[in-house]
Amino acid sequence: MRISLAWLREFVDLPESPEELRAILDDLGLVVEGIERVGEGLEDVVVARVEKIAPIPGADRIRRVVVDAGAGPLEIVCGAWNFDEGDRVALAPVGAVLPGGFAIARRTMRGVTSNGMLCSGRELGLSEDHAGLLVLNDQPGAEPGRRLVEVLGLVPDVVFDVSVEGNRPDAWCVEGVARDLAVRLARELRAPRLASPNATTPTASLAGARIEALDLCGRLTVSVLRRVTIAPSPAWVAERLRACGMRPISNVVDASNLVMLELGQPTHPYDLARVAGAALGARRARPGETLTTLDGVERRLATAGRGLGDTGEDCVIVDGEDRVLGLAGIMGGAASEITEGTTEVLIEAACFEPMAIARSSKRHGLRTEASARFERGVDPTLAPRAVARLVAVLEESSPGLEWLAEPLDVTGEIAEAPTVTLAASDVADLLGTSIEPDEIRRLLAGLDFALEGDDPFVVRPPARRLDVRAGLEGRADVIEEVARLHGYGRLTRRVPAWPEVGGLSERQRTRRRLRDAAVALGAFEVWTPTLIAPSEHALIELGPPVTVANPLSTEESVLRATCVTGVVRVWLRNLERGRGDVALFEVGTVFTHPDVAAHPRRTRGGVGGRSEVDLPEEGERLTLVLGRPGDDAVAATVLARALLGRLALEDVVVRALADAPPGLHPTRAAALVDRASGARLGVVGEVDPHLVARLTGGEAPRRAGLVELDLDALADPTRATPAPRTIRLPSRFPSAVIDLAFVTPDALNAQDLAHALGATDERVESVTLFDVYRGGAVPSGARSLAFTLRLSSPERTLDEREVAQLREALIEAGRALGASLR
Amino acid sequence: MSDDRLDPATLADDLVNRVHALASLDALREAEASLVGRRSPFAELQRTLGALGEEERRTLGAALQAARRRVEDELEARRALLGAEERRRALEADRLDLGDVVDAAVRLPVAAGHGGLIAATQRELEDVFVAMGFTVEEGPEVESDWYNFEALNMPPAHPARGLWDTLYVELGAPETVVLRTHTSPTQIHLMERAVATGTLPIHSVMPGRCYRRDTPDARHLVAFHQIEGLVVDEGITFADLAGTIESFTGAYFGPAITSRLRPGFFPFTEPSAEFEITCTVCAGAGCRTCSMTGWVELGGCGMVDPAVLDAVGIDPERYHGFAFGFGIDRCAMMRYEIADLRALTENDVRFVEQFS
Repeated sequence: MRISLAWLREFVDLPESPEELRAILDDLGLVVEGIERVGEGLEDVVVARVEKIAPIPGADRIRRVVVDAGAGPLEIVCGAWNFDEGDRVALAPVGAVLPGGFAIARRTMRGVTSNGMLCSGRELGLSEDHAGLLVLNDQPGAEPGRRLVEVLGLVPDVVFDVSVEGNRPDAWCVEGVARDLAVRLARELRAPRLASPNATTPTASLAGARIEALDLCGRLTVSVLRRVTIAPSPAWVAERLRACGMRPISNVVDASNLVMLELGQPTHPYDLARVAGAALGARRARPGETLTTLDGVERRLATAGRGLGDTGEDCVIVDGEDRVLGLAGIMGGAASEITEGTTEVLIEAACFEPMAIARSSKRHGLRTEASARFERGVDPTLAPRAVARLVAVLEESSPGLEWLAEPLDVTGEIAEAPTVTLAASDVADLLGTSIEPDEIRRLLAGLDFALEGDDPFVVRPPARRLDVRAGLEGRADVIEEVARLHGYGRLTRRVPAWPEVGGLSERQRTRRRLRDAAVALGAFEVWTPTLIAPSEHALIELGPPVTVANPLSTEESVLRATCVTGVVRVWLRNLERGRGDVALFEVGTVFTHPDVAAHPRRTRGGVGGRSEVDLPEEGERLTLVLGRPGDDAVAATVLARALLGRLALEDVVVRALADAPPGLHPTRAAALVDRASGARLGVVGEVDPHLVARLTGGEAPRRAGLVELDLDALADPTRATPAPRTIRLPSRFPSAVIDLAFVTPDALNAQDLAHALGATDERVESVTLFDVYRGGAVPSGARSLAFTLRLSSPERTLDEREVAQLREALIEAGRALGASLR
Repeated sequence: MSDDRLDPATLADDLVNRVHALASLDALREAEASLVGRRSPFAELQRTLGALGEEERRTLGAALQAARRRVEDELEARRALLGAEERRRALEADRLDLGDVVDAAVRLPVAAGHGGLIAATQRELEDVFVAMGFTVEEGPEVESDWYNFEALNMPPAHPARGLWDTLYVELGAPETVVLRTHTSPTQIHLMERAVATGTLPIHSVMPGRCYRRDTPDARHLVAFHQIEGLVVDEGITFADLAGTIESFTGAYFGPAITSRLRPGFFPFTEPSAEFEITCTVCAGAGCRTCSMTGWVELGGCGMVDPAVLDAVGIDPERYHGFAFGFGIDRCAMMRYEIADLRALTENDVRFVEQFS
C-alpha cells in the first residue's frame, strides 16, 4: 500500500525524518518496503499550450511541436502522440532538473532543435503513466506559463510503500496506519472532516435498499446525492490519489476512491437515473445470470469453480427490477456507472462476508482494491462514516450538493464482537515478559479496545478488528497487539532448555553415511529436478505419471519416478563439456502413482479433512552414475559393495537379475539382496544403453555404471539386516592361508558359495574371491571360482593336519552345493 | 497386361520372399536399393508407364504403388525384427554375472568427491539444531489440502492462501492434493503422532523440499528447501522463541551476527513475527543488499496458534508452542555468496567441485 506522509500528518503529528518514521512503522509490523519522494524537482516545470504539431521529414517516431509557455513560441521535439493542437501539457524547459536528477538540455534531432521536454506523468514522478504526456486540459488554472506545482497544488511529499499484513485490514488505510502511530508515539489522532445530510427529503421517499442474502451481505447503506456537478477533483484530491498510485477520473469517483484509501471503506457510486427504481438490493446470483463488469468482460455468475469447496456462490447488487448491476464488493457493471451527465448519485456503502468475496474474486480472476479489502474484512460499522466523509470531499468540487436525509441502512447477519478475558499473567505466560496491567490497558485502549474490570480484563475489540477471535485464540490475538505496541524488540529473550536430547534418526544417519561414503569414493553430488516433462517420464517405464494440474510449463509437469534419467542427463551434459570423467550421485525423492504403488499413502483430505485421499508413494533413492572411461557394471558392483560396507549390514548378495528393472542394461544388472531377509536393497549394473541413446539422440558414447540404493529398505532393519554388534577379537596366532578353486555351475552364485565356505567352520576367518575363469578344461555352463581362505584359531597355531582337515571340509561344503574342486 | 513378368502383384510376392530371406541388417541395407529403390524392378516398371495410354497408365500405376508399399512395409518389419534380434544378440554377448565380480580387480577412484551445496547447508543447519536439543523430522512432498492449509488454520479460499502460489496434483477432486508449499504440514503430522503415541513434548526441526508456482529467477526456484522448527511443551513462551532464534543465529552465522523480531502475520501462529539478522554483507553498516537498514529478513516465526493445537488434539491451555521457518537455499546463497540459485540445478561439475 502506497501511503503519503503528508496525508498521514493530517491525522497525527509525526517525526520530521522519513527514516525515523520507517523504523517505527517497521517495528509496528507495518513494514516499509520502499520510500519515494514525489513533487520534488518540479519547480521549473510549467504549463504549455500546444500551438502546432508538424512532422519531421525522415522521422516517424518524433514530431516537431511548437508550444507557448507564456513567452512566445518554443520549438520542441516530442515522441508522444496522445495530444492535439490546443492541448495544455507540462513543459520542462532547458535547465530544469527532473526528479531522479535528469537534466534538460537543448538538443538537436534530425535538424530540429528541441528547447526543452514535454513530460509524461512518470517522468514527473506524479504517476506510473508513461503511455503519453500528462495532459492538463481539465485542470483549473492551467494557463500557459504557470508553474505546474501551483496549478496542481503540489507540495513535496514522501510516499511510503507499506506492506500491511493480512490480519490487519484495519491498518490498510491512512487512518489505520495513523492510529497505530498515534498509540506508539502517544499522540492524538485527529478525525477527518465529515458532512451530514443537508436536505430534508428523506432518502426512503426516492430510493430503496434491501438484503436478500443476509449471510453474504452484513450491511447495505444507500445514500442519495442530488444537484451533483461532475467535474475534475480539486488538486489536493488528485494529488493524494496519484501519490497512492490511482488515476484521478472525476470528482465523484475520486471521492469514493479517496475515502477507501483514507478510511478503508470501499463505496460504489451509481448514476441514479440509470438504476431502475433507484433501489439497490444484495442477493445471491442465480445460475444462468451474466454480468458485464466495468472492465468489459462478460461474466457467468453462480457457476461452480474448481476450488476446493467452491459452490459457485456469488453475491450481486441488483436494481429495483432485480436486474444485476454489479458483482458485490468486487466490481460494478458498466450500465450504471457515473458519466459526465450524471446529476443524481446513489452511494452504496456496504460490508460483505469476507470468504464469499474471496471465493468469487478467485473464481472470476478479478481482484480489485475493493475486493482485496472486503475479503480481508471491512469494519461493519464504518459505512455511514465513510459516506459522510465522501460527501465532505465531494462538496468542495460540487457546490450546492444535496444529501438526502436519513440514508437507508439495512443490516444482514453481522457476527457479534467476541469478548476475551485477559489477565496480565496470560500476557506473561505467552510472551515470557511481564507487562503491567496499566500499560496493557493503555496500549489496548489506544486502539479502541474496550476493557472492563481490572486484571483480569474483559476485552472487547472494536468492530474494525475482525481479526480478533473469541476465547483462547482471541486471547492470543489480543496479546499480539500488546506485544506489537509494546515493541517486539523490548521483549525478554531466554534460551530454553529441556531434558530430552536432540539427534538424528537411524534413517538420517544412514543417509549421511551413504552420502559421505559416496563423496569419499570420489563421487560428486548433484540435484536434479523432481518436476520433469511427461516425455522424460515416458523414457523409463515406471507406471502412470503423477501429474501437476497447473504446471508453469509442460517441462515441469510430472513428478519423477526415478532419479536415473536426471543423473544420466547431468552426466551427458558434463560429458559434452568435456567433464564426463566423473561419478555423479543424487539422494532424492521418487514418486509412484497411488494406482500402482505398493504402499499408497491414504491420508486425511477434502474440506475439513473429513474424507480420505490416496497420495503417491514417496521413496528415497541414492542414484549413482559412474561415467569415467572404463567404468562399467563391474566397477559399479565394487562401488556398491564399498558403499554398503559403510552401513554395517550382515550380508548383502549381488544376485543376477533375469528381468532388469527399466533404466538398467538388460543383461548387466543385478540386485543387491539382503541374505537374511531376502529383501532387495538396491540394484547395480550399467545404464541401459538404449536410454542413453534416446537421451543423446544417437549412440551411447560409452558404458556407464549405475548403482541405485533404496533408502527406505536400507533404513528398515527388518529388510536390511544389521551385522551382529559383538566384535570378534582377532586371533593372536598366525593364520593359515589356502587357495581353493571350484568348478561352479553358472546357476550357483559366487557369494552363496563363499558364504557356505565361511560357515563351514568357525576357524574360517575370511573367504575372498580372487579369480574367475571360463573356458579351457572348464565345461560350458560353469566357471572356475578361486577363493583365498584364511584359517585361524584363537587358541593356537593351526597345524598341518588341522589345515588339511579343514580343507577337506571346505571342499565337501562346496561339493554339497554342486561345486567341485578344480 | 501383355507380359506376366510385369504383373506388380506377382512381382511383389517374389520380392517379399526375398525380404524374408534376408538374414542380417547388413544384408538388408545392401539389398534395399534392388528391392524398392532405384535399381528395383518397380523403378524399371515405372519407366515403362510413359508409353501406355492414360487409363492403363493409371491402373498400372496404382497397382505398382500398392505393390511397392507392400514390399516396403515388409522391409521395415524385417528391419525391426532383425534389429531387435541383433540387439538381443549384442546384449547376450554383453551378458555379465555381477555375482562373480572380484573386488580386487577394480581400482576405486582415489580422487576426492564433492557433496551438494544444499545438502551440505542442510546438514550444517541440522547439526546446529541437534546440538541445541532438537530432533530432525521429515515428511512427504505431496500433501492433501488439509495438511498443507486447513489444519494450519487456512480453510478453503482463505485469503492467506494467496501468500503461497500453489501447484496442485491431479489426484482426487480438483485442488485437493498439493505439492507442499512449506514444510509446515510436517508439523501437523508430527503433532498428530505425538498425540497418538503420547510422546509430547516436541522439539524438532523439519527440513525438506517445497514447491511454489512462481517463475524461477536468480533468487527463487520452483522447488526450494526450507527448514522449520517446532517446540511444543508446557511453559514455552515467546521469550524462548526469541532466545532460540538468537542462539541459532550466533551459532550458524557467527558471533557478529545477531537477530531481531518484528511483528508479522502467519495464519498458524499468534503472535507472529518476521525475523531478521544482521546483514552478512555489510555486517550491519548498511549496504545495497539490506537497503541500507543493516538487517536482512531470514524467515518467519511465532507462537503456535491455539486453533492449530486444537486441530491436532493438543490442549492449548496446557501446552504452548513456538515455530519458525526459513529457506535453506537462502542460507546457502548468503553463506557462499551465490548470485544465481539456478546455477545449483545446472549441476556443472566445475561448479560442484568447488564445494568441500
